[in-house]
Amino acid sequence: MTTDKRDERPPIRRGLGFGPGGHGPGGGRPGGPMGGMIPGEKAKNFKASIRRLMGYLAPHRAALCAVITMAVTSVAFSIAGPRILGRATNLLFEGVIGKQFPPGVTMEQAEAMLRMSGRGQMADMLAGMNIVPGRGVDFAAFGRILLTMVAVYVLSAIFSWAQHYITAGVSQNTVYTLRRQVDAKLARLPLKYFDSNTRGEILSRVTNDIDNIAGTLQQSMTQLITAAVTLIGILAMMVSISPTLALLALTTLPLSVIITMSIARRSQKQFAAQWESTGKLNSHIEEMYTGHTVVKVFNGQRKAVTAFDEENSRLYAASSKAQFVSGIIMPAMHFLNNLNYVGVCVIGGLRVARGQMTLGDVQAFIQYSRQFTQPIAQTASIMNVLQSAAASAERVFELLDQPEELSDPEEPAHIERVAGRVEFRDVSFRYKEDVPLIDGLNLTAEPGQTVAIVGPTGAGKTTLVNLLMRFYEIDGGSITVDGVDIRTMSRDHLRGLFGMVLQDTWLFDGTIRENIAYGCRDGMCPPSERSIIEAARAAYVDHFVKTLPEGYDTRVGDDAASISQGQRQLLTIARAFLADPEILILDEATSSVDTRTEVLIQQAMARLMKQRTSFVIAHRLSTIRNADVIVVMNQGRIVEQGNHDQLMAARGFYYDLYNSQFSEAFDEAV
Amino acid sequence: MITVIRYLKPYWKQLTLVSVLVLIQSISNLYLPDLNARIINEGIARGDIDLILRVGGFMLLVTLLLTACSIVAVFFTSRSSMGFGRDLRRAVFTKVQTLSLAEVNQFGAPSLITRTTNDVQQMQMAVFMGFSMMFSAPVMAVGGIIMALRQDVPLSLLIAVVVPLMAVIVWTIMRRALPLFKLQQKKIDRLNQVVREKIAGTRVIRAFVKTEHEARRFDEANRDLTDTALTIQRTVSLMMPSLMLIMNLSSAAILWFGAHRVESGGMPIGNLTAFIAYVMQILASVMMAVLMFVMIPRAVASAERIEAVLVAKPSIVDPLDPAADDQREPGSGAGSDRLRGVVEFRDVEFTYPGAEAPVLKGITFTARPGEVTAIIGSTGCGKSTLVNLVPRFYDVTGGALLIDGVDIRNMPQERVRNAVGFIPQKAFLFSGTVASNLRYGKEDATDEQLWAALELAQAKEFVSEMPGGLEAPIAQGGSNVSGGQRQRLAIARALVKQPPIYVFDDSFSALDFRTDSRLRAALRSTVTNATVFIVAQRVSTIMDADRIVVLENGMVVGIGTHDELMRGCEVYREIVHSQHAEEEIA
Repeated sequence: MTTDKRDERPPIRRGLGFGPGGHGPGGGRPGGPMGGMIPGEKAKNFKASIRRLMGYLAPHRAALCAVITMAVTSVAFSIAGPRILGRATNLLFEGVIGKQFPPGVTMEQAEAMLRMSGRGQMADMLAGMNIVPGRGVDFAAFGRILLTMVAVYVLSAIFSWAQHYITAGVSQNTVYTLRRQVDAKLARLPLKYFDSNTRGEILSRVTNDIDNIAGTLQQSMTQLITAAVTLIGILAMMVSISPTLALLALTTLPLSVIITMSIARRSQKQFAAQWESTGKLNSHIEEMYTGHTVVKVFNGQRKAVTAFDEENSRLYAASSKAQFVSGIIMPAMHFLNNLNYVGVCVIGGLRVARGQMTLGDVQAFIQYSRQFTQPIAQTASIMNVLQSAAASAERVFELLDQPEELSDPEEPAHIERVAGRVEFRDVSFRYKEDVPLIDGLNLTAEPGQTVAIVGPTGAGKTTLVNLLMRFYEIDGGSITVDGVDIRTMSRDHLRGLFGMVLQDTWLFDGTIRENIAYGCRDGMCPPSERSIIEAARAAYVDHFVKTLPEGYDTRVGDDAASISQGQRQLLTIARAFLADPEILILDEATSSVDTRTEVLIQQAMARLMKQRTSFVIAHRLSTIRNADVIVVMNQGRIVEQGNHDQLMAARGFYYDLYNSQFSEAFDEAV
Repeated sequence: MITVIRYLKPYWKQLTLVSVLVLIQSISNLYLPDLNARIINEGIARGDIDLILRVGGFMLLVTLLLTACSIVAVFFTSRSSMGFGRDLRRAVFTKVQTLSLAEVNQFGAPSLITRTTNDVQQMQMAVFMGFSMMFSAPVMAVGGIIMALRQDVPLSLLIAVVVPLMAVIVWTIMRRALPLFKLQQKKIDRLNQVVREKIAGTRVIRAFVKTEHEARRFDEANRDLTDTALTIQRTVSLMMPSLMLIMNLSSAAILWFGAHRVESGGMPIGNLTAFIAYVMQILASVMMAVLMFVMIPRAVASAERIEAVLVAKPSIVDPLDPAADDQREPGSGAGSDRLRGVVEFRDVEFTYPGAEAPVLKGITFTARPGEVTAIIGSTGCGKSTLVNLVPRFYDVTGGALLIDGVDIRNMPQERVRNAVGFIPQKAFLFSGTVASNLRYGKEDATDEQLWAALELAQAKEFVSEMPGGLEAPIAQGGSNVSGGQRQRLAIARALVKQPPIYVFDDSFSALDFRTDSRLRAALRSTVTNATVFIVAQRVSTIMDADRIVVLENGMVVGIGTHDELMRGCEVYREIVHSQHAEEEIA
């Protein structure tokens, strides 16, 4: 059926810690504190993808403005905290010093006293203070300052919480919309897309990639804002407290940026190597486990372990380096921080001693400088996360930008009562531009006739089905049903005329009843219980369903083992019975069905074909011989056409096929 | 858990060193605020610039030591945790290689894959984080408390209030969030399932005009997931602000109560600053500890899943002393002499592990070199199971299976499997090239031998048309060739090996009649002195076999040639009639 299956595996599972699903307890992104350091694939066009992703946030503009305002307010408040704390310390310090002097003396006297006792520096320091000798700590004022501080922190917390709360709504709803768009897109994509992309590849765009985007929107958006505001706010506070000390802190700023950047770059290289090794190792493991039987029977265990060891050692080398290099960031930042701390302590201490600065200011400054490098490291890790989100967004957008099926005609033709005459007139078709597959095909199926499509494996027998159902568009000529060109009908109407039973039985996760009811046609849904049971009886489903403990309520799914392959086939036939279509498309299964069920399938199919125009991908001699028209296909092309006798007389491909496939076996059989 | 932890043993020296380093690091971290207090109390308050510079210089030294310790610690932590991961991964992988089909099926291949990849990674990360944090958190917490007590005892009472308060808040939020995370995982799975079904069933969905129905189904799952995710995010959004609030409020409280202590002369003012720094450190380590506790259940779950694999006992093991038969021909190595391939089923009974009733009962027959033995019967009658016993994928649970007169349980598995060319129902190819797949059973096969096998397997034509021929790439699982081609390559792979015994486990069903019959004709004329087993659905595939074994409900209901069975076996006749139906027989 597929012409050019691309066989890339879905993007191999994400490196460290990005397990399937990727959402464990603890939420957020797994991978520990270094999680942000793990690079995903780089986006090809970072800016464009991010900009387009931002477009999705546009409807939430008001909420986003609120988020930004709150983030700014919250950060501003929390930055104000240490400053207020500093004032409290000053007040306290002044109280403590003031108490050392007898009440009633003036400050000048007190200073003079100090200088006399040889403590000139102490006197210098006090000069910059507001000390009332003899008075202890002014607890009323102190209390007021503390209350202000509490209020500021409480407000900051409330704003911070509200900001997270709103962001959650925005990001989750954005992702919801994105998912819905992708889903709607899947419904409009031509079949070609599904045939040329692996299931895993499409699936991972809808799930993993969107999950990745969700996490990023939730976390990085506010973090980026907060980090920026914090950096600016802290800087402003530092400068306002002491330009000298701020200058000191600023010298470490470029240093920390450089260190972070250079380590991050180095660790990215290591992480990329780790990534690659992880991918290779995982696919080796997957391969050896799924092929366990083959490995065993060819005694390939040792070979498997040798190959495993090689990649495993490489992974070890890469990952221990990656962990180490990225692990240096924290100590390095810590070092700079502490360097700052010491510098502030010493220089600040000196300035206080000289009366150029108050103790509270030094204390506030220490607190600020401790927070200073944090936003930088944070921004570095957010940039990594954003890169990977942009790559994900790119893949999702790529899907969204795929060309869609031609839209239905404005005023679609409608066939009220279908007789079932199907005609291919001069049809040409190709899957690939330069490989013509069908040229000038003419074929007519009169109402009630059976068209058998035969040919060796891989001859492209499903191509005709693809064209009839308009899963693919023909390149020339026309296909008509009762004289109406199928391109003038809406796809839904056209497909509603057909019933289809494919070899690839598809059941969805639900009960047997629901799966049969799936066949109901527009306007008759949901079908009555009676019509379901009737369809089930006609397809010999009723009997085995009754033997199941839960009967029609038994759950079946695409991979459920509760019913056999043959029974699944019968279920899809029941579906077709319920649909009661005018025209049928059948695929006679060959494989893995036990003989008794096979007989039932045959009988059910024969019953279904009665009175209907049928296209059958045929494997059975009886079907082929009784067909009104046999279409013989080979290597994707229609090579012959006619009924059995005509084709035998022509002594062409069919004649060979017939002789080699059937006669030998049956001559012996009799 | 213990089994897994044992893999840390080779790294105990490095990890001990790490613990010591982390200890030094934590202590120096704790020392810094103390030094700062000295600068304030003795330096600033007394205006002693000298002391400020001296203590400042000392602080710098401590900082250097701290950083050096951290970097060395990170170095060894990375190496030992990743080394631990490597060893553990290797142990699991090697273990799985020794497991028999029964255990592999019991775990399920996908589950084994997750255990070897994700679970090991979880453990590795847990060790890495554990050694960088687990030690420092308690040391910092305890050390912080001691240092805080040293600054001022009465004020330290505050810690006893704040820490439990913090723990309660975290616990309350996490208790609500954790079950939600599990629920979210379920809803993600549900959404994925809906999408997977949609993609797999695109044709059916469109043929039945159910696009809208599907869109609704998706939307339901999507909405459901979004709601849960939103609840989680909103619940968790309380965490950080409230923790920050507690930390900040405690500084205010410390200042208030501390101010009274300072005023009354109970403590010097510099100690107050240091005290705040210590309390912040304590709270930070409590937060870290809480996060660790959230991680621990996950790591334990992973450890248990890994351990289950490591302790699993393979149900099939090599005999301690292989049968004397191997020394039959003196001079030749025990494993190198070629088996002739006489396969005898002697009253064989087989029950799947955990099943109540046997799937095979009383199977007795002998297959000799040069003979084709076909096995036929309805689905679930035990055909595949029967031939799975030949390469000893499972051991018989009653009776015996002998090759060349020796019970295969008394032979090394490798010897048995060397003698069997097995073509499974689902052809499985490895990623690589056509040639690397064909040589899987016989590495020294020449290109001529490969082409000969391909020709026999009716695969020469399409392989020579593939770009690169023998060197044409094969994707993982062989997904870049069609089902029929894959099957023929798998057959060729077995042919290259030239074993004395062939087992075709329903390997012809993916082929069309024409290829099927050609292939069988080719096999018949070339593979003349091997013992061949064929499991088939189609009677035409096996009609010319030397012996057809008809199975029904795990028992032999007929053995003989086609003609004999047509005459004497009711079940066989029924099968033949059902397949050839109306036309030829009548």
